[in-house]
Formats: sequence, C-alpha cells, structure tokens
Amino acid sequence: MSAPTPSDAATIAAAITQGRSTARATVAATLERIAGIDGRVGAFTDVLPERALARAEALDAALARGEPAGPLAGVPFAVKNLIDVTGLPTRAGSKINRDRPPAARDGAVVRRLEAAGAILVGALNMGEYAYDFTGENVHDGDAHNPHALDHMTGGSSGGSGAAVAAGLVPLTLGSDTNGSIRVPAAFCGCFGMKPTYGRISRAGSFPFVGSLDHLGPMARSVADLALAYDAMQGPDPDDPVATTRAPEPAYPGLETGIGGLRIAVAGGYFARNGHPEAFAAVARVAEALGASRTVELPEAQRARAAAYLITAAEGATLHLDRLRTRPQDFDPAVRDRLIAGAMIPAPFVERAQRFRRWYRDAVLDLFGGVDVILAPATPCRAPKGGLTHFVLDGVTLPIRANIGVFTQPISFIGLPVVAVPVRIDAGLPLGVQVIAAPWREDLALRVARQLERDGICTAPVAEIA
Amino acid sequence: MPETPPPFDPDTYAAVAAPLLGLAIDPAWVLPITLNLRALASAAELVAGFPLPDEVEAAPRFEA
Repeated sequence: MSAPTPSDAATIAAAITQGRSTARATVAATLERIAGIDGRVGAFTDVLPERALARAEALDAALARGEPAGPLAGVPFAVKNLIDVTGLPTRAGSKINRDRPPAARDGAVVRRLEAAGAILVGALNMGEYAYDFTGENVHDGDAHNPHALDHMTGGSSGGSGAAVAAGLVPLTLGSDTNGSIRVPAAFCGCFGMKPTYGRISRAGSFPFVGSLDHLGPMARSVADLALAYDAMQGPDPDDPVATTRAPEPAYPGLETGIGGLRIAVAGGYFARNGHPEAFAAVARVAEALGASRTVELPEAQRARAAAYLITAAEGATLHLDRLRTRPQDFDPAVRDRLIAGAMIPAPFVERAQRFRRWYRDAVLDLFGGVDVILAPATPCRAPKGGLTHFVLDGVTLPIRANIGVFTQPISFIGLPVVAVPVRIDAGLPLGVQVIAAPWREDLALRVARQLERDGICTAPVAEIA
Repeated sequence: MPETPPPFDPDTYAAVAAPLLGLAIDPAWVLPITLNLRALASAAELVAGFPLPDEVEAAPRFEA
C-alpha cells in the first residue's frame, strides 16, 4: 500500500478514511522524508517517531473497528516549538527555555487537531522568543528556504513555512504577533492564516505579546487551512482572550465563490516602501479578482509604530527576569531589543494602546464599504540568509525591523488574514494578504480559494537542491 | 520650565534606567540598545503626533 506523501492534508485524510492508505504508512513515509531532507532545510527541532507511529496505529485500529474518522484522519502535522508538546520543554526558539520542565500536556491547538484525527510528528524551528522576521536562530541553526536554501524562510514561524514548502508535512501551526505566519508563508510560497485575534485558543503556548499574539495554520492548499482552522475553533477558558463565540466553520462554504464580495486594494502606505515585484503580486491578484477599487487604511504608518512600541514593551516585561539573570543566553539581536523595550516610558505604551482603539474604530468603519482588502505580505522576496539590511525606496534599512512593514498594521487590530502565495515569474515566490473584517475568516478563505482554483495562487512542493 | 525639552540622549537614559530595572548592561551592548531606543523614541513621537480625544480608552479589555 503506497503512502501519498507529500500530498495535501485533505487528500491524505480521504485516502486513509477510504482505506486506500493507512495512517501508519503515511506517518512512516513522513518520518522517512523528514530524515532524508530536513538536514538541509532545518525546519524541525524535534521529531517524535514513537508518539506519531503509536497514534497512527491506534487510528488505523479504530478505523478497522468501523469508528468514525475525523476530517484530518491520519494527517501528519508539526507545530512551532512555542506550542506545548507533552514531554518536551517548550523552548520557544531559545536556549534559556530548555531548562523548563517538559510540558505535562499538549497545547490546546494540538489537542484539537488530534481530536480531528491529525497526528503530531514534531516541533519546528523558530526565531528566538518569536521576536524575529528572518527565520534565523543562533541556538538551533537557521531554517532554510526550501525554494532556495541560501535564502531566508522569513519568521518567526520559519520552520513552519519551510516544513510545508519542503513537503515534509502538509500542515503546520505557527504564531503571528506582527506577521510571523504571513511573512514565512510569503517567503516560502505557501498559504498561511492568521485568524481574528481571540478566535483560536493560545492556551498551552509560550507567549510573546499577549495583546497581539495569534496562532494559526500553514498549508499548501486553502482547503487544508480551512479544515485545520475549523478543527481548532471554539471557546477555551484557559486563554483569557479566547472568544466565547460558537465555532463558525469555514470549510463548508469554501466553494461559494466571490460573487457579491466587494474587494479593494490597499493604497497609500501599502503601495510604497516595497520592491516593485511586491506590488506586482498584488496587482496580479487584484486583476484576477476584478478588484479595481483602492481604499486607504487611515494612519497605517502610525499603527505600525504603535504595534512596534507595544511589542517591545510587552515582550520586555515578559522577559525582564531572564534579562536580569541570564542576558548572555539570549540571541544578542533579541536581547538588545528587549532591553531597550524594558526602558520605554509607560505613557508611550499607553498612548499606543489608546491609538489602537482609535485605529480599530476607523478601520471597522472602512469595512462598512468593503468586504476584503488586498495588500502585500512583505516588501520583497526572501532575502539571502545572513543579510542585515535592504533598500526600500532608496533608503537602506535593517531587515529584521522592516520585513513586517505591511503585516504589522493589520495584526495590530486583530483582523483575519489569509496570506496567499503568488509567483509572478521564475524567481522566488511572493505573498499577498487577503484581509477581512473581524470574525469574517470565511470571506478571506473564499477569496483565497477562488485564487487557487483559478491558478493564480499555487503552493507546489519545493525541489530541494 | 523650558519651552522645548532637551534632545533625547539615549546613552544617558539607558545608563540611568538600567539600575532602576535591575539590568546590568555590558558595555558592548550599549550601542545596539541605544540605537533601539532611538527607534522606539521615533515611533513614540509619531504616535504622539496624532491628536486623540481624551475619551478614547486603551484597547486591552479586562472582563471579570
């Protein structure tokens, strides 16, 4: 019996549910592929063969007894290593956290995906404490872009993007505080979803900036995003900001199309400070969708500045004790930003939070006249690994601080986004943000699915050199 | 009180703030920290330049 790896999650689940493959064969093939390829990619920090094979055998036995299979039956997945995995210290990309006791319980999102039949095979590389847009890690080694191994994956969910693009697993989870799902999705040429703030429980994950942290899926198809998203929805008293709304499944309406949707392109701030190809990708998507209208998100540059302040201050507060006792054990680039963040006067942060309220209300007004907004995901393609500066509109800027220039004003107010991969030529992929109003993930997914169906957005498995 | 505040001096500020926070700063870290402080100060100035009504409350909510 042949295993369908690498394939997308929905195909794998169908094959296993219909008896054309087994979970054990699928997981075994997945482990073999990881062992053969990941040494060059650097996506995984932990692989869990015993756990994964045991779960696969249990699933096959349950199917043989005629028990119902979940929508993700037998689908191998992996999670950014800031999500708790029973038996592993939740390292969050750091050296310091390896001294934590092993997690006693899986994170909520792991439990929910496994309840839908998926099978965890490992934990994934990430930038230290998620304060990163590059995918580089001084402790574990860098994750490498599967489409060009000498280029960045983007971060901080770099291993999550790389594992999907390399076809190591069809589904991963990442976190997104300022763009950490959308950036690696763009650079690695896969689909990524940042749901509405509060939609998916963060319980059992190591935080970064509680005001802005989200978890979400990455995959090579929109259907896989929707299946994972639906499986992870639902209230959770263990996350103080988790919504009490009932789940609103998106998969059933995925093929509804875009008829009647008002789609516009973000202008102004989102149409400058990037390389021409970033805007060409947006134009390609807009043309395919028939979106000729432009809207302007008011004060987006200030929104990014406010997100930057809140991130630095909250992140520093979280890590202050570690900065006092073990500063030498941080990645220096992270440590120096956190120390500066600890010194921000309180009025600066409070002002940023008050501005956040104003900006939220202004953007929600905008959604009175539009359903979906398109914007670049990054200002450029994946830079070469190790680069520290790039040029945007003639100005040399530090890469780490500026890759998220287009993602930060969106996550700042928790809007749901699907990042879609776009290939405008034979070069590295680019990404476009499909942005919807709060709680309308379904619209962003429908638009992404239309683009996928029309061949505008595809996420092929990279051929590893 | 002067009409305009003196220009921000991140080196002096960091040197004074570090002991308050219980942080020991290696001399080699001073330059990157002060560069970050300058960037943060610029961001704060940009945010502060937007006239907010007094009634606008901070975004985080606590629900009992």
